[in-house]
Amino acid sequence: MFDPQVLLSGDYRDWLLAGLQMSLLLMGMTLLLALPLACVVAMLRLAPSRLLNAVGMLYIELIRNVPLLAHFLFWYFAAPELLPQQWKEQLYAGNIEATSAVVALTLYTAAYMAEDIRSGIRAIPVQQFEAGRALGFSYLQTMRLCILPQALRLAAPPLLSQTLNLWQNTSIATVIGVAELMYQTQRVETASFRSVEAFAFASAAYLAISLLIAGVAFLLQKRLAR
Amino acid sequence: MIDLIHDYWLYFLVGRYPDGPLGGLALTVLLASLALVLSLPLGLLLGLARISPWCALRWPVACLIQLVRGVPLLLVIFWAYFFLPSLTGHESGQFGTMLAALVAFDAIYLAEIVRAGVQAVPKGQFEAARSLGLGYVSTMRAIILPQALRHMLPSLVNQFVSTIKETSLGYIIGLSEVSFIASQINGLVLTKPVQVYFLLGLTYFILCFSLSRAAFWLERRQARILKAAA
Amino acid sequence: MITFEKVSKYYGSHHALDSISGQVAKGEVLVVCGPSGSGKSTLIRTINRLESIASGRITVAGQDIHAPGLEVNAFRSQIGFVFQQFNLFPHLSVLDNCALAPQRLRGLSRQDAEQRGLDLLDRVGLAHKAKAMPAALSGGQQQRVAIARALAMRPPLMLFDEPTSALDPEMVGEVLQVMRDLAQDGMTMVCVTHEMGFAREVADRVWFMDHGKVLERATPGEFFSRPQHPRARQFLADIRSPWAAAG
Repeated sequence: MFDPQVLLSGDYRDWLLAGLQMSLLLMGMTLLLALPLACVVAMLRLAPSRLLNAVGMLYIELIRNVPLLAHFLFWYFAAPELLPQQWKEQLYAGNIEATSAVVALTLYTAAYMAEDIRSGIRAIPVQQFEAGRALGFSYLQTMRLCILPQALRLAAPPLLSQTLNLWQNTSIATVIGVAELMYQTQRVETASFRSVEAFAFASAAYLAISLLIAGVAFLLQKRLAR
Repeated sequence: MIDLIHDYWLYFLVGRYPDGPLGGLALTVLLASLALVLSLPLGLLLGLARISPWCALRWPVACLIQLVRGVPLLLVIFWAYFFLPSLTGHESGQFGTMLAALVAFDAIYLAEIVRAGVQAVPKGQFEAARSLGLGYVSTMRAIILPQALRHMLPSLVNQFVSTIKETSLGYIIGLSEVSFIASQINGLVLTKPVQVYFLLGLTYFILCFSLSRAAFWLERRQARILKAAA
Repeated sequence: MITFEKVSKYYGSHHALDSISGQVAKGEVLVVCGPSGSGKSTLIRTINRLESIASGRITVAGQDIHAPGLEVNAFRSQIGFVFQQFNLFPHLSVLDNCALAPQRLRGLSRQDAEQRGLDLLDRVGLAHKAKAMPAALSGGQQQRVAIARALAMRPPLMLFDEPTSALDPEMVGEVLQVMRDLAQDGMTMVCVTHEMGFAREVADRVWFMDHGKVLERATPGEFFSRPQHPRARQFLADIRSPWAAAG
């Protein structure tokens, strides 16, 4: 019968908690890397140069039309083969699973966030941009100091929605052997045959963090509405 | 890369069929189409329940929607994998499991699309119908839904694209969809992972990109029709 | 300080600026006035290259501002520009708005930049609002901060594009006072404004524009008492009409 006690002690608990920790780590690292990348791509899409525009569009379309699982497979199985021998060895010596996972997740998440940031930038009146240029700031400086801080505030709700997706996407890293929550849950299930308890824990963990993120989004919405 | 395509194109497209179950790209498309067709009515019902005027219906459904949206699809697949056999009494196999999980998951997201679509129909339409004496259900069926569904069409195509991408998770339970087949091919050839996974990505890209372009075209056509009517 | 040589700008077939020529001397206060659509805002925005020109030449301090080698950002940092809509950065405090450019572009340390900002805010009478956010200030206060922000770069030239047009009447005076003080300190200023009282008291010269041309150039005294051009006369009559806003 359903016996949560099994999970609360010894190895199983440690495995599950380690998995949760890894999932959170994946999400955190990805957020750190994806946000700046998304800003860059958003600005590419808004650049006056048609070439830069096309590069931005290409990036977004290529990433978004391929499933995340395929991205994971590519960055784990295929991409390391393209590296020079020395880098490849270094990579395999370290944690290649997690590295590939973060790369795949970062590129994937940034592609979605870029569109939201672009909408945010477009919502800022052009006079703000003129004010920055009139002071003598270059295009990039004006973007960085005056426009992006405002745009990111505006884009916060959809960005939080993407964070929610990111949290759930970390589960797919199990396919390349990253020891995150889903991986550990399966491991516990295989070792203990207690599928109900194991998956209940995983479900609760995912839900808890999802609700946390949704809660932040809700509070933010209320603050911004003032 | 040409050799690769030459040797494995059939396996990539249809798996071991007819010597075994259907697999590869054909399975991916079949699974996605079936999932969309089956999740649509369910999604419609859930969406309508979500906005219905009866609390007893609204709240449980809203909670269910929040619950499912808070967990990854992979977890839903595992729920189905481990608990469907005990629910239905017999083994469901990988295809059945995947289908069930996709239908349940997509229905939840479709519910939100339906909700947005219905709420986009001007309130005046609803009021006019009720003033004529039509009941809630008849109003929905005859007046609101036909208009809402037309609005929802681009979102539905986008959802189909999402579903195609979601089928890739069948890999994890060993379903022979196209990503799994690609990995099998990689396991056979061993020396060409870059080409194999590049081709996999290209396949998905062509499929999904054309569909999302179609959705975009539909959206533009909608906007034009609306403008002409105004 | 500034010279215009046959400056023209077109929007399709419409002449926004029609072969404008003229000079502004160092230390001079020039007011540009005229009906809406006359091109006065466009003219002032060409000086710091917020607007491009189709033909002609503009020089500032002897430098052709469209010369190929000119670093446009460094050039702009030498000119102070005050917008009609203030355009303070809403995500920065009042002090940070003023200290941002000196810190990033002039290499001042944070303390020095903030000190400079505080001095200028004091000069415009708003030192006590240094830590406030722009949204908490009235229109007149925001515009005074905008002037301080522009002055923080110590520009030899200040441009004002209808600085009081977006303000409620009771706040116009406080901004004009700041501008008056600046003029008295010897700043070279070009102002596009409807405030005729200000023009009369502070300007050294007035240009009247209509349909992209400068139709009359005169001292304020001459312009307001004996306007030459018929359209200038019409404009002044409209402004002075009992139905027009106080000005």
